[in-house]
Amino acid sequence: MIKEFICVLCPNGCELSVELDDNNNISKLEGATCQRGGEYVQQEIFAPQRNIATSVKVVGGNMPLVSVRLSEAIPKEKIFDVMDEIKKIKLEAPVSLGQVIIKNVLGLERDVIATKQVLREQF
Amino acid sequence: MTIKKDVIIIGGGPAGLAAAARLKELGVTDILILEREKLPGGILRQCIHDGFGLTRFKEALSGPEYAARFLDQVGKMDIDYLTDTTVLEIDSNKHVIAVTKEGLLEYQAKAIIMTTGCRERTRGAISIPGTRPAGIYTAGVAQTYVNLKNIMVGKKVVILGSGDIGLIMARRMTLEGAQVLAVLEILPYASGLPRNIEQCLNDYSIPLFLSHTVTNIRGKERLEGITVSRVDERLKPIPGTENDYDCDTLILSVGLIPENELSLMAGVNLDSRTRGPIVDENYQTNIDGIFVAGNALHVHDLVDFVSIEAENLAQAVLAYIQEGSFPQCSIRVETDDQVGYTVPQKVSGQKDITLSMRVRSPLKNCAIQVLQNDQVIKTKKMKKAIPAEMIQMRIKKEELISSEYIKVVVRHD
Ligand SMILES: Cc1cc2nc3c(=O)[nH]c(=O)nc-3n(C[C@H](O)[C@H](O)[C@H](O)COP(=O)(O)OP(=O)(O)OC[C@H]3O[C@@H](n4cnc5c(N)ncnc54)[C@H](O)[C@@H]3O)c2cc1C
Repeated sequence: MIKEFICVLCPNGCELSVELDDNNNISKLEGATCQRGGEYVQQEIFAPQRNIATSVKVVGGNMPLVSVRLSEAIPKEKIFDVMDEIKKIKLEAPVSLGQVIIKNVLGLERDVIATKQVLREQF
Repeated sequence: MTIKKDVIIIGGGPAGLAAAARLKELGVTDILILEREKLPGGILRQCIHDGFGLTRFKEALSGPEYAARFLDQVGKMDIDYLTDTTVLEIDSNKHVIAVTKEGLLEYQAKAIIMTTGCRERTRGAISIPGTRPAGIYTAGVAQTYVNLKNIMVGKKVVILGSGDIGLIMARRMTLEGAQVLAVLEILPYASGLPRNIEQCLNDYSIPLFLSHTVTNIRGKERLEGITVSRVDERLKPIPGTENDYDCDTLILSVGLIPENELSLMAGVNLDSRTRGPIVDENYQTNIDGIFVAGNALHVHDLVDFVSIEAENLAQAVLAYIQEGSFPQCSIRVETDDQVGYTVPQKVSGQKDITLSMRVRSPLKNCAIQVLQNDQVIKTKKMKKAIPAEMIQMRIKKEELISSEYIKVVVRHD
């Protein structure tokens, strides 16, 4: 069976064309400009993973939100469960870049980390 | 009182920050960055998704993290910047007037670097018949609301235009619990990057309708719904293909235009294709000592290239400050009608150059060729080329064969 994928790992966005045998193993791969193409396809077939970015409310800061992302990608089907966890959080300023907001979220061995610095609002 | 500065940088986004850091590294110390917003970082502050810096740092960073790397550098290097400071006027003598809460500031610079970024097109909205209720936003404004101000713009959303910001917002709104009904694109191909269609639309089963547009808007105070029609090859709506959608929000992602109001005041000539200034290999405009880089010059797909462009510009500004002028750039760079534009548009022939360009429509198995005197001096083979992606070709000065104009063309195998 021949399947087409667009690799999302980097901005190249390679169009991958793969030939799969009966066990879904790759027998031929075309279109990848780096070796991660093959890994990506394997992952897409067996356990697709994505990172997500969102924001968390902050009180007393120089901005009302701090942006966050996951330390690494999570299984795609867990995205909305993790979003629900993140939505429960409210932080107090200051927040530093890289600060762990939720450790090991939902036991997925991934942390939710801040991607911005929020300073305390000065009056 | 007029304050003298060697270099004034207008705009503290990634282009302005990278130019400043490189200038300082090169020994130009009398620099000032003027930034309109409360914080530096430019558009990256609201681009919280990841995918920045893969080329430059070999890491997938979010926009704010990418900006922080440069802000750290600017901080450590003790480069002066003013925020909440909007430049109102510049002229060809490199006189700069800015406004802050405290009042007006006046500067006299030896060189001005324009890194003012771009603004969003709204053309798509103006031509649609129907009412003008609340609930219609450009993608960048919606992004500011959701990511910086904590204001959710709507619950049932349709996106017009398949630009990258619209795609990113489709995913963002979905994560926040909104229902994104569709993304509509009037052209027969998407204008955003394939990876964004994959990870922002396909991942969340959001349909993309090519050759479709909005033909009517309904609602009094708040948007209630829209009519969508298919278009023919000449982009005219086809009667009988109308489809009604109930939605409270319409997001426009119909393109970006380099921001050059200030440059125009100083007499800078723009290129009708890029809508940014015509520049030479030094990123200098037709006005001596006024330079431009980043999205103010031409809209970039990746911030990594913005940073590199600004750093190359800094190198040229150093030479300008030390020597006062450049070798004449009288070799024009022209294109055929398949290549949308090139930057720079003119070169001297005495310096290695990098030509940045975009194709005008998607192409497969083609070659981009650089010609001089009808002879091919460089070829880049491409399996696919799409308008969403900027293409770069490096040409060494030895590769040029004369002082005749250069032409960039597409050849099909
Ligand atoms: C929504 C969106 C999503 C993107 N996603 C990606 C991505 O996933 N990956 C990627 O690599 N790239 C992405 N990009 C592209 C990248 O972010 C831009 O190319 C880059 O930010 C451009 O940098 P710049 O410095 O030229 O402009 P900007 O970042 O726009 O900075 C311009 C600055 O100039 C200031 N300014 C303007 N006029 C004045 C004035 N008169 N006085 C004072 N200051 C002024 C503005 O306030 C602003 O801070 C995205 C861009 C957008 C808009």
